[in-house]
Amino acid sequence: MNDFMQTVDWSRAQFALTAIYHWLFVPLTLGLGFICAIMETVYYRTGDEFWKRTTKFWLRLFGINFAIGIATGLILEFEFGTNWSNYSHFVGDIFGAPLAIEGIMAFFLEATFVAVVFFGWNKVSKGFHLASTWLTAIGANLSALWILVANAWMQYPVGCTFNLETVRNEMTSFWDVLFSPVAVNKFTHTVTSSFVLAAVFVIGVSAWYLLKGREEKMAKKSIAIASVFGLIFSLVTAFSGDRSGAIIAEVQPMKLAAMEGLYDGEEGAGLTVIGILRPESERSSNDAAFYFKLGIPKLLSIMSYRDAEAYVAGINDLVNGNPAYGIMSAEEKIERGRKAVEELARYRDAKRNGDQAAIDEITAEFDPSTPEGEEFLREYFAYFGYGYLDSPSDIVPDVPLTFYMFRIMVGLGAFFILLFAVFLWLSYKDRLERYRWILWIAIFSVPLAYLAGQAGWCIAEVGRQPWVIQDLMPTSIAASRIGSGAVITTFFLFLALFSILLAAELRIMFKQIALGPDKEK
Amino acid sequence: MDTMIFLQHYWWFIISLLGALLVFLLFVQGGQGLLYTIGRTPDQRNMIVNTLGRKWEFTFTTLVTFGGAFFASFPLFYSTSFGGAFYVWMLILFVFVIQAVAYEYRRKPDNLLGEKTFDLFLMINGVAGALLLGVAVGTLFTGANFTVDRLNISDLGGDTTISQWSNRWHGLEALLDYRNIALGLAVLFLSRLLGLHYFLNTIDDAEIRERSRKRSLCAAVPFLVFFLTFLVSLMFAAGYAYDPATGAIAVEPYKYLHNMLEMPVVTTVMLIGIVMVICGIVAGGLKGSRKAIWMSGSGTVLTVLALLLTAGWNRTCYYPSLSDMQSSLNIANSSSSRFTLTAMSIVSLLIPFVIAYIWYAWRALTRTPLTSDEIKKDEHAY
Repeated sequence: MNDFMQTVDWSRAQFALTAIYHWLFVPLTLGLGFICAIMETVYYRTGDEFWKRTTKFWLRLFGINFAIGIATGLILEFEFGTNWSNYSHFVGDIFGAPLAIEGIMAFFLEATFVAVVFFGWNKVSKGFHLASTWLTAIGANLSALWILVANAWMQYPVGCTFNLETVRNEMTSFWDVLFSPVAVNKFTHTVTSSFVLAAVFVIGVSAWYLLKGREEKMAKKSIAIASVFGLIFSLVTAFSGDRSGAIIAEVQPMKLAAMEGLYDGEEGAGLTVIGILRPESERSSNDAAFYFKLGIPKLLSIMSYRDAEAYVAGINDLVNGNPAYGIMSAEEKIERGRKAVEELARYRDAKRNGDQAAIDEITAEFDPSTPEGEEFLREYFAYFGYGYLDSPSDIVPDVPLTFYMFRIMVGLGAFFILLFAVFLWLSYKDRLERYRWILWIAIFSVPLAYLAGQAGWCIAEVGRQPWVIQDLMPTSIAASRIGSGAVITTFFLFLALFSILLAAELRIMFKQIALGPDKEK
Repeated sequence: MDTMIFLQHYWWFIISLLGALLVFLLFVQGGQGLLYTIGRTPDQRNMIVNTLGRKWEFTFTTLVTFGGAFFASFPLFYSTSFGGAFYVWMLILFVFVIQAVAYEYRRKPDNLLGEKTFDLFLMINGVAGALLLGVAVGTLFTGANFTVDRLNISDLGGDTTISQWSNRWHGLEALLDYRNIALGLAVLFLSRLLGLHYFLNTIDDAEIRERSRKRSLCAAVPFLVFFLTFLVSLMFAAGYAYDPATGAIAVEPYKYLHNMLEMPVVTTVMLIGIVMVICGIVAGGLKGSRKAIWMSGSGTVLTVLALLLTAGWNRTCYYPSLSDMQSSLNIANSSSSRFTLTAMSIVSLLIPFVIAYIWYAWRALTRTPLTSDEIKKDEHAY
């Protein structure tokens, strides 16, 4: 492997590291912000000091997470430039805008009102404080909106066209980018899954108090709010997840095939519930892919196309092509992509040699306003990224990771719905203390909620490889040309720093939970 | 004026304004660097950290927004500078990460590293953050070692990287140019000056006030020396000018001096800014005035704004390439498309609204100066 390919791998590792850590802190704040706002609203309406004390306790845990979420977020934003220089040029015209809007619209909202939330209790009116808490929560979720729009665009690049003169993709419709089905669904799914995590967290911490026989009133009331909040949003997460499956079938069929370990496409394809994959060399067909599997017939077709007999493409179909279902082979796509890249190379030579006839000819080819240009862009440039791939099998992501993470995510998602339902019922009947084992389960569910979120991102990001921008740019040519040694150095520096900060964060958090809310006045 | 040209100038103005606000907000860093100099007792240090702690998020957010806005409006700068001057930007990020947690964690029980370590984080960020940002901004005038060839991406099987750095130092070489160092040190001492003026404004403690007053004069001297060194060197420096019609780039002796003469409004803004900073220095240093921060702060914003406009307006390359002159970046050859700039401009209309609510919330929180008693009563104090 040459040094640049090592740089690419370490840049990926560094980005994954930052994203993983970022996602350990952010989801809690996304959901807990709203839970605190709900609690403070009750305080505002009733004037009961108990609710103020409860709100303040949860806000303290919110604050501990908030700071470190911001810190890791800063690195993520700048890493697009530091580590993914080609990417930043090639699509910066589209990708930069959401990041800037995120800063202007959301970050300042968060930063301004979070200071009022923490320091304003005795300085501003009750109404202003309540508004600040809501605005902090809204600001945090607005930040999530814009970065998720940006991520969605990478998975499904819409609302843009290629400009030959600037050699980059440029935005043609802001609304197409903002309201693409992938963006809308990704936002709903990711944000509500964060609400689920926050609800599990509140229930888990409250369960610990109940087991200890401390702060019972606060614990019970918190569970009452969190179980309703959690149940509502876990259902939304489930529905948006289901919708996500259908969208992926449309826009990223390879990701879907990898998630399912589906090698040969089928009509009326079944959904694998659990299974153990064989090693890669043996996974040549559906029968050879698994040691064993349990599935539900037809369900994958229903989930993907809302039709029990619909055809779902498999990995082999997408690699080798399947004319019967109109699937082009990866080899053909690679050829078309190369043609597009080679036209760019020819354009470069023509410019160097001052060959105006060739320049005009190629310019016409890339002009979306003419029928020829429109055809070239659709038939060739649409596969631009394939031009850089070496072989058709490069388009297959890591199947086991995608497959298992999907099962973990969905399994845990279903478990959380049950957990919320049980806690809601117990809370309603006021029987929480009677079932100590259920309280223990709630405590152990907290790390599982984090696992579910990480698994989700793993599917989204590993499952789309080799693409950094679907079909247009493979990860391998997106990176900055810095020596691998430099990236290895920063990788380990950040690993050490984030790990120490995580350890500090956890200790502080556990201590604050052990200390509990302020003494009653 | 052609719409595209207007948009490019407008966005360079926004970037310059964000940069100017960022330099003003570095008073947080300046104050952090003086934590032990001004705060002799734990009580005093707590007051300092708590008064800065109400503002650090704004500096941080402005830095992030500055980055995001630069990315959106001039993506080629983002991909060239960040991916090229890798070490410098990574160092900057590193010292900002350790800041972000330090406030919240420093006095929390069981914080693993201890209060002193988190205070050290604040001081490292306070000194290195301001210094390195100043050095990085210096390269907008002094240039950097990069080449840009967009069509590299067509080099199948070869080197497809568009923006390349021509040495292995990846940005650290900026530290070898005395002008970058001068600007870095000027920003550092300016941030300290502003930090001290901020203490005068927000802390109700006789010892801290007196110490801040005296110390502000000590910071003012090196600030003026380094700033004038940079400014004078800039007046004599050659710059790269581009021809808007052909895009060709050529050396122009005394380019920045010409810019000041050809843009009298910008120069006037800069002069007003410098005078205001000096008035702030006098008011803070001689009289210990609470209002010094408003003068020195507004002066800083005006000066930095004008300085950055001098770097990018008037057909100037704002990021000169020392390796290949024609690769140099200017607002015409590095901007986003007309569509994106227009969309972003509509969003930028929100900025006054954002500034208004920040102002409102600040006023609500800092109507009265901070006292030691208040911190003791506040359960969320840092």
